[in-house]
Amino acid sequence: MKFGIIVFPGSNCDADCYHVIKEVMNQPVEYIWHKENTVAGFDALILPGGFSYGDYLRTGAIARFSPIMPAVIDFAEQGGLVIGICNGFQILLEAGLLPGAMLRNRSLKFICKPVFLKVNRADTPFTNHMKVDQVVRIPVAHGEGNYFCDQNTLQSLKDNGQIIFTYCSEDGQELPEFNPNGSLANIAGICNIKGNVLGMMPHPERCSEEILGGRDGFYIFDSMINWLEEVGK
Amino acid sequence: MFKANIFVTLKNGVLDPQGEAVKKSLKVLDYGQVEEVRIGKYIEVWLEGGDRDSALKELEEMSDRLLANPVIEDYRVEIVEVE
Repeated sequence: MKFGIIVFPGSNCDADCYHVIKEVMNQPVEYIWHKENTVAGFDALILPGGFSYGDYLRTGAIARFSPIMPAVIDFAEQGGLVIGICNGFQILLEAGLLPGAMLRNRSLKFICKPVFLKVNRADTPFTNHMKVDQVVRIPVAHGEGNYFCDQNTLQSLKDNGQIIFTYCSEDGQELPEFNPNGSLANIAGICNIKGNVLGMMPHPERCSEEILGGRDGFYIFDSMINWLEEVGK
Repeated sequence: MFKANIFVTLKNGVLDPQGEAVKKSLKVLDYGQVEEVRIGKYIEVWLEGGDRDSALKELEEMSDRLLANPVIEDYRVEIVEVE
């Protein structure tokens, strides 16, 4: 069950992800520098948070053309598990692996705080150790997490069950006042139609151990490992 | 040599928090007649060789692939011949 963490110039959550996979989940993990051109031998890929290429032009716009990306896209198209967290989500959007785009937060502020998320599906590779309608507490840390797409795309996200996480209150109400950044339909995380690619703004790697004040993020990585073990059988 | 001026703007209907903040600030400065402010990007590109048509085609391809994100942005390319 080997995890690969793609490291772009400006990634800054790569070491946190590495720590969680290696020390908390006890799985083999390696960094993959963005100048590599293969992901052969890996079972799952993590695109970590940060400010790849300084977020120049648009978040994720330049990282999307890194030498490693054709291999990441190919891996995703073959059904490989890919999770993009924060800047990783932005890169997946720019790469077209997920639909939509990110705008500046409605408040124009960089928001760094724990938020509550509702889990909308528990049958995906990323949420199979969670429950439908479960509320989890995971921190966000971003300036551009205001998810946007056109109405047709939003409808197809809903119809295909691609909205995996939505911002909500502690008791699970998905109201605008619990939306930190203005994202459409309180979207915090979406997957592709096949379900093997997930993008999310909150940072599960920052809350996978009790010492960090909560371990709800643990269940996302745990779900991925469980799914890989099931599929591997 | 050609010089291109590329204007990248948010599509109609796409929220522009920066434009909103600047609009509020203009109101504070007493410019009461301001109705709306939208902020975009202005990109200059210089190209060597080829003719005007091929340069324009190339610039549109650059805009589609990298300079603008078609989900949220429109772009307009102006091209002038320079020394």
